[in-house]
Amino acid sequence: MWPDIDTILLVIVMLVKVGVVTIILLNLPIPLTWLERKVAGHIQQRPGPMRVGPHGILQPVADGIKLIFKEDIVPAKADKLLFMFAPVVSLVPALCVFVAIPVAESVTIPYINKELTFYVADFNVGILFILARGGMGIYGIILGGWASNSKYAMLGGLRSAAQMISYEVALSFSAIGVVMMSNSLSLVEIVESQAGNLFDWNIFYLPVGPIWFVIFLIAGMAEINRIPFDLSEDEGSLAAGFFVEYSAMKFSLFALAEYTAMVTIATLGTLMFLGGWNGPVDIGIPPIFWFIGKTFVLIYFFMVIRFTLPRYRYDQLMTIGWNVLIPISLVLVLVTGLMRIYL
Amino acid sequence: MNFAFSIQDVLGVLPEIIIALGACAMLILDLFLERDKKEWVAYLGIFVVILAAIASWCLINTAEPYVMGRMMVIDNYSLFFKFTFYLATILTLLLSINYAKSADLDYRGEFYTLMIFSLCGMLVMASGSNLITIYLGIELMALPIYVLVGFLKNDTRSNEGAMKYVILGGFASGLLLYGMSLIYGLTGTTDLAGINAALSAGTVSPVILTLSIVLMAAGFCFKLAGFPFHMWAPDAYQAAPTPVTAFMAVASKGAAFAAIVRVFLEALYPAYAEWQMILAVIAVLSMFYGNTVAIMQTNIKRMLAYSSIGHAGYALLGLVAGTGEGSAAIMFYILVYTLMNLGAFAVIIMMRKTGKVAGDSIYDYKGLAKNNKVVALVMLIFLFSLAGIPPMAGFMGKLYIFMALINQGYIILAVLGILTTAIAAFFYIRIVLFMYMKEPEGEFDLVKSCALYIVIAISVIGVILLGVVPGSLMELASKAALLL
Amino acid sequence: MLIEYILFIIFAVIAIMSSLCVVTLRNPVHCAGYLIVTLLQVAALFLLCRSPFLAVVQVFIYVGAVLVLFLFVVLLIDVKKASMEIFKPKHRPLAYGVLAILLIETLVVIFVGGLEKIRLAAPGAEVKVETIGRELFTSYIFPFEIVSVVLLVAMVGAIVMAIDRRG
Repeated sequence: MWPDIDTILLVIVMLVKVGVVTIILLNLPIPLTWLERKVAGHIQQRPGPMRVGPHGILQPVADGIKLIFKEDIVPAKADKLLFMFAPVVSLVPALCVFVAIPVAESVTIPYINKELTFYVADFNVGILFILARGGMGIYGIILGGWASNSKYAMLGGLRSAAQMISYEVALSFSAIGVVMMSNSLSLVEIVESQAGNLFDWNIFYLPVGPIWFVIFLIAGMAEINRIPFDLSEDEGSLAAGFFVEYSAMKFSLFALAEYTAMVTIATLGTLMFLGGWNGPVDIGIPPIFWFIGKTFVLIYFFMVIRFTLPRYRYDQLMTIGWNVLIPISLVLVLVTGLMRIYL
Repeated sequence: MNFAFSIQDVLGVLPEIIIALGACAMLILDLFLERDKKEWVAYLGIFVVILAAIASWCLINTAEPYVMGRMMVIDNYSLFFKFTFYLATILTLLLSINYAKSADLDYRGEFYTLMIFSLCGMLVMASGSNLITIYLGIELMALPIYVLVGFLKNDTRSNEGAMKYVILGGFASGLLLYGMSLIYGLTGTTDLAGINAALSAGTVSPVILTLSIVLMAAGFCFKLAGFPFHMWAPDAYQAAPTPVTAFMAVASKGAAFAAIVRVFLEALYPAYAEWQMILAVIAVLSMFYGNTVAIMQTNIKRMLAYSSIGHAGYALLGLVAGTGEGSAAIMFYILVYTLMNLGAFAVIIMMRKTGKVAGDSIYDYKGLAKNNKVVALVMLIFLFSLAGIPPMAGFMGKLYIFMALINQGYIILAVLGILTTAIAAFFYIRIVLFMYMKEPEGEFDLVKSCALYIVIAISVIGVILLGVVPGSLMELASKAALLL
Repeated sequence: MLIEYILFIIFAVIAIMSSLCVVTLRNPVHCAGYLIVTLLQVAALFLLCRSPFLAVVQVFIYVGAVLVLFLFVVLLIDVKKASMEIFKPKHRPLAYGVLAILLIETLVVIFVGGLEKIRLAAPGAEVKVETIGRELFTSYIFPFEIVSVVLLVAMVGAIVMAIDRRG
């Protein structure tokens, strides 16, 4: 009754893939925090971290060590269980998302003649899975905010709940747009539909592609609570929002989840609009580098935005979501549909 | 299931489409109206209903009743109910215009619009030939009514009534869905005819079938306020704005009957032996409970709520008979009930003095005859009809139900029904006594409104006409009844 | 198939345990948390039925949206007060009685009901999204449209209930 060798191999390969993805994701914040602080520094005409290592490149490591050794404070009146659990709840869905994210087209390994795919699983509803799973990250914020038993944390959680619900609609609409343009819910097929040159990318599906992309970027930024939409952690009016009571590793888990979510949105943008691993021109670079490069550009864009734009007021935030993005999305769905039928 | 969409499908559901689009038009019209001109929304609503009625009229005796891939059936049975609902809705809208103005309701345009939406759900319920459509029809019917019951937002009683109605309504929907899903699991289809065929084949497990029948009966009986699923009714009826009470009492109950009769006779008839006992128990308990508890009520809306529980019991007896005759009797009964109940509510609204609520207590009717003979007389007609006293239509309705029962050999059920009718007569006639035998305690300040006069006139004429010459309508109903 | 069977047992047991927690725990926020767990398990069961679309939609709609709003409301109530609300002692026998009847009913259905006669869709082909979409917009187009009207009504109703306006 033992499974045959192929199945065992499949399981091993899958486990290895999961391990690799997890390790990459857990370590990504190290370069990303450094980059973010550097970007912040240079935008504000200062050098940023410089002391630890050349150009402060080891600064995140130092930060990490500091966070690990800090005292882990649990407020006396907090709901202990949920307080411990909330950072995990916010991190796990963010990591889970990457099960469905393909990073390059599959290659056939020479000699053993086996196909190696660069994703853990290709769901035929991949894009929905990512949105659904990503949407769950919000529970960490709400539960964390509530469990802290603090006014500011609670308000942060509530704000965040309303915000994410609102923008998830627009984000899903942009996904619907992509699905209509690419005719599939599977991310692999979506990327394959954009193969060819630059103008086969969904962002150049004129005239609706660029508008979809903008909607996606705005909704995505709101969904991951980044400036200018980080109302839930507004230090001006809410101290630090939902994680005001968190310290040490619990705090860093939240930060980790936030960075992972940012990477998710960047990879989603790459896959959905920027042609995934397809290069604009064929110059012989392996596809995976195109993918990483595009994702990096988007991440860099998010960072620049963070230090360029001021934060919106809460009512403005809601207005943008409900009165601007969603109506535009509805019209665009109609236009895209008509284009699909008649063009 | 292969389904080729054709113009026939659209024509078949044209009434529903007209109603849904008309309701949207009402919402839009509402935006452009001044606060004191909101009644135009209601007039538009009446116009929409008339349009839909015309569309339905054109569908009488259609050659191909099943449309939309067997989701809907446009037979004369459903059309009979639909015309009842059209009538009920038009009359309720007429009742509402004056009420909404004098009660100074907010969101008056939405008040009328929600009724039209609810009507759309009732039409779907009457025509649904698939469990999915019927369920969605129920939800579409109930949802606006939940809101309408709680329309008096600053009145805590209204809030309480709406709350009870919503929670118990959700619970009942859950039961209904559970029953439906079991039926789907047993038969592999949600199509009523398909269920019938699968049940006739006789391979299904009787225990689960019984369970699903119990669950579905419970869900439906909640909607038609049968004992023991009536708990919401008195509170919701009393708390709701009076026109809404009237609408709930007649139209939503009628729609629930349209659906339950179709589901039980068309889909579950092979299991007749299983369900007739369940429904008979519910019917008898409803009659006894509704009519005895009504005696103790001093609030007339509450009293009518309990009486409506009793009426649901009588109508259910028609279903227990399980014949075409029984379903024809139900159709007739629902139409008559609609007329007499709406008439009674029209009088209640008429008693409502401007600004403050009055006419809710039965003592307010003391000496009405001394003050206004005509109003007292029409109230007497409606109450006699509700009590089932000849020659009013209510008597004929009960008579047909009992006849259908006796023809099937359910003598005991018929006797119990007649017994409860005698109990019921007590509290109806008590109000008549108050009106005619007591001295007035204060000045009556009756609402004078053309719309109310129209409603009362239509109801009175209907109640008397159907009581004296019921034959032609009953013949219509018999022809339209579900044939087994 | 053995693996699927084991997975089914795991998901089903967790679903039942967590739904028990939903109704027995006192703190509404904890209950909501367990409700999330329950719904996720149900989504996993859908996956075992070879309908990934249904599973994802379950997570998307219920876990991602409905329960967020649910929590949103729960957070606004006074949890300490709400967790004190229990059945009054004199109502308890009734509640236990109803529970006992329901339990007996369930047991009867499970053990003598002949559940094996329920027709299950043969496990095998995964349900494609295209199939669902095509069915939804052809055979079930009418119910689909009715649902849209229901949603419109819900929206109008919510506005009427929630916003104070003179007009």
